Amino acid sequence: MVKDILVVKDLQVWFPMRTGFIQSLVSKEQRWVKAVDGVSFNIKDREIFCLVGESGCGKTTTGKAILRLVEPTGGKVKYYGEGKNTLMKEMLEDAVSKGKVTKEQAAKMMAEGGLDVRALQKGRMKRLRQKMQIIFQDPYESLNPKQSIYDIIAEPLVVNGIGANEAEREKRVVKALDDAGLRPPKDFMWRYPHEVSGGQRQRVGIAGALVLQPEFLVADEPVSMLDVSIRSEILKLMLDLREQKGLAFLFITHDLGVAYVFSDRIGIMYLGKIVELGPTEEVVKQPKHPYTKALISVVPTPDPEMRRDKIILKGERPDPANIPPGCRFHPRCPFVMDICRKEAPKAVFVSEGHWVSCHLETGTPAEPPPEEKKA
Amino acid sequence: MALLEVQGLRTYFKTQEGTLKAVDGIDFMLEKGQAMGLAGESGCGKTTAALSIMKLLPANGYIAGGRINFMGQDMAKVTGDKLRAIRWRDISIIFQGAMNALNPVKRVGEQITEPIILHEKVDEAVAMKRAKELFEMVGINPNRIREYPHEFSGGMRQRVMIAMALACKPRLVIADEPTTALDVMIQAQIISLLKNLQKELDLAMIVISHDLSVLAETCEQLSIMYAGKIVERASSAEVFEDPQQPYTKGLIAAFPNIHGKKIMPASIAGNPPNLIRAPLGCRFAERCFMAKEVCLKEEPKLVEVKPGHWAACHFVPPLRG
Ligand SMILES: Nc1ncnc2c1ncn2[C@@H]1O[C@H](COP(=O)(O)OP(=O)(O)OP(=O)(O)O)[C@@H](O)[C@H]1O
Ligand SMILES: Nc1ncnc2c1ncn2[C@@H]1O[C@H](COP(=O)(O)OP(=O)(O)OP(=O)(O)O)[C@@H](O)[C@H]1O
Ligand code: SF4
Ligand SMILES: [Mg+2]
Ligand SMILES: [Mg+2]
Repeated sequence: MVKDILVVKDLQVWFPMRTGFIQSLVSKEQRWVKAVDGVSFNIKDREIFCLVGESGCGKTTTGKAILRLVEPTGGKVKYYGEGKNTLMKEMLEDAVSKGKVTKEQAAKMMAEGGLDVRALQKGRMKRLRQKMQIIFQDPYESLNPKQSIYDIIAEPLVVNGIGANEAEREKRVVKALDDAGLRPPKDFMWRYPHEVSGGQRQRVGIAGALVLQPEFLVADEPVSMLDVSIRSEILKLMLDLREQKGLAFLFITHDLGVAYVFSDRIGIMYLGKIVELGPTEEVVKQPKHPYTKALISVVPTPDPEMRRDKIILKGERPDPANIPPGCRFHPRCPFVMDICRKEAPKAVFVSEGHWVSCHLETGTPAEPPPEEKKA
Repeated sequence: MALLEVQGLRTYFKTQEGTLKAVDGIDFMLEKGQAMGLAGESGCGKTTAALSIMKLLPANGYIAGGRINFMGQDMAKVTGDKLRAIRWRDISIIFQGAMNALNPVKRVGEQITEPIILHEKVDEAVAMKRAKELFEMVGINPNRIREYPHEFSGGMRQRVMIAMALACKPRLVIADEPTTALDVMIQAQIISLLKNLQKELDLAMIVISHDLSVLAETCEQLSIMYAGKIVERASSAEVFEDPQQPYTKGLIAAFPNIHGKKIMPASIAGNPPNLIRAPLGCRFAERCFMAKEVCLKEEPKLVEVKPGHWAACHFVPPLRG
């Protein structure tokens, strides 16, 4: 069986809502923007797992919370990549010396458990982030225009104190550029971001993530800003990185087309929760959740046949500060029933590895994702 | 007589490095009530073409050649009040990204009524009534007319832009990337709104987008632009069923198709040419898998290759002779 590299369980990210003075007189109750409100999934070794959903549904916040670039409010994030070993050893040694666990317990935890990302202190989290990197959407804004490409890519090495001297760092930068397909690296190294094309800029972003030799990448809309004609080059680059370096990806996109061709499994997110999750091809060809069905039906297509059965949902961008009771999709659902307004649907498996949260579906209850495997 | 006829249009920009030939000889025609899509990757000259028709080019841009005929008038000769009357009243434009450029400190209603008052010379009450009708027409509750732009979501702001474009009952609306920054669901709402309005009002439309499928859904005719030129033109169905020009083929193949097999689409390696020093021959030659020597030397003409289907490629034989 393929190992997990990451398990996310009941992840919550709630932002406190700032209330006006008048309002604070009326009610003392703190209100929350529930950007991520109980998200669970796992990512296997070398897997590309994709989160898809409308703007504001919590995709980016999920990605950031995994790396603790925003602090989760609740839930678990467990990391199983090779990179966990030294960190976990240190943590367990601490715990043993403080008498919190016995040596035997520690050894057992080391052998079977994942690294509890949320329990890491700052310094260790920073070290873990060398193994878990994030690439952002905008190849224009995320690169400092005043830095040469060399400096941009060497920076994380300097910050993390990696590489004994400049020569060694240069070797790593050259390697990262080469891995990101900017060849020959010497041609690109001394240019500035505005002196390369949009696609090349996105490659610079990827090189910047690769230079620390990560095991796991969060790619947040990495191709959305690029012209269609060069998107698949970047997607293929990421596939190659998976092949050659064994990278696993959390790929975030609002573009179902890209998710379809690129990912192994897909999670459809709505208002802070995953409502359907399964193998990509199955979810796209046999969607079960009404929201998934609607999303797929509205992807523009040149084929008039395909256009007939569009499910165009009314309204837009539901408010994470005001989550409807029952099924959170019910105000927009074309199939809404009485029960949907009262009770949140539980996730059920509709086939192996494919679960849905909707009262219309029946099946064995899913406890997504599967609990940690006991040895 | 065609509503709009564009012949040999050239629009250039003066820049520090030299003259940038953003639009370099394009032709098309639009009948009353017809919708045409203009597609192509970033920088190929779509917006410039639109701004040329409106005579709204930035200061360093100028029309270097060709003719634009709108309702029998030569747009080159129209100036002053007459030009202002044609703009907005007869032709209007939804600018690329305009929904993010609404004045944040002015009520949305005012931003709609002001041009109505200005152009139709009506009083405020009449303009307000019209604005409410327009809101209704684009699917926003007229009660929200006194709100500010920040109280509106992206999709609603785009509806406001559409309402503004329709304010003076134009015959031609140019919509520059009307759905680009929007979510798929809202994109679908806007596409269906545009389609319905076009039908109900018998509007002619030029829809600009880099997304061919969006255009296929909204327009019967499609023109594909590459580096300042139109390289293919046909009905939307034809373009997808039987594309002729290699760039068009590449562009179609580059789109992931969720109704097809789960395979990675092809990409077109390389970048569009520098429009200050555009290559001599076919502008696509450098990226083209079919390119031969002739492509580097001679520019292919846009010729009819099937009835009503035009393409510019040395290896696509013309319909006759
Ligand atoms: N720091 C913050 N404080 C308060 N609210 C926030 C914060 N960050 C995000 N949010 C809110 O949380 C919700 C989820 O945002 P997020 O950026 O994760 O969405 P997304 O799915 O990535 O959307 P997009 O497709 O637009 O990038 C949104 O309603 C957003 O406004
Ligand atoms: N004011 C200007 N001065 C100089 N060059 C300009 C100016 N405006 C546009 N250009 C150039 O003209 C060319 C065409 O630009 P245009 O905005 O028409 O492209 P587009 O097809 O609309 O692209 P996009 O899809 O990115 O909107 C580009 O090379 C652009 O850099
Ligand atoms: S649970 Fe009810 S409201 Fe929710 S998606 Fe299913 S049918 Fe629709
Ligand atoms: Mg995001
Ligand atoms: Mg443009």
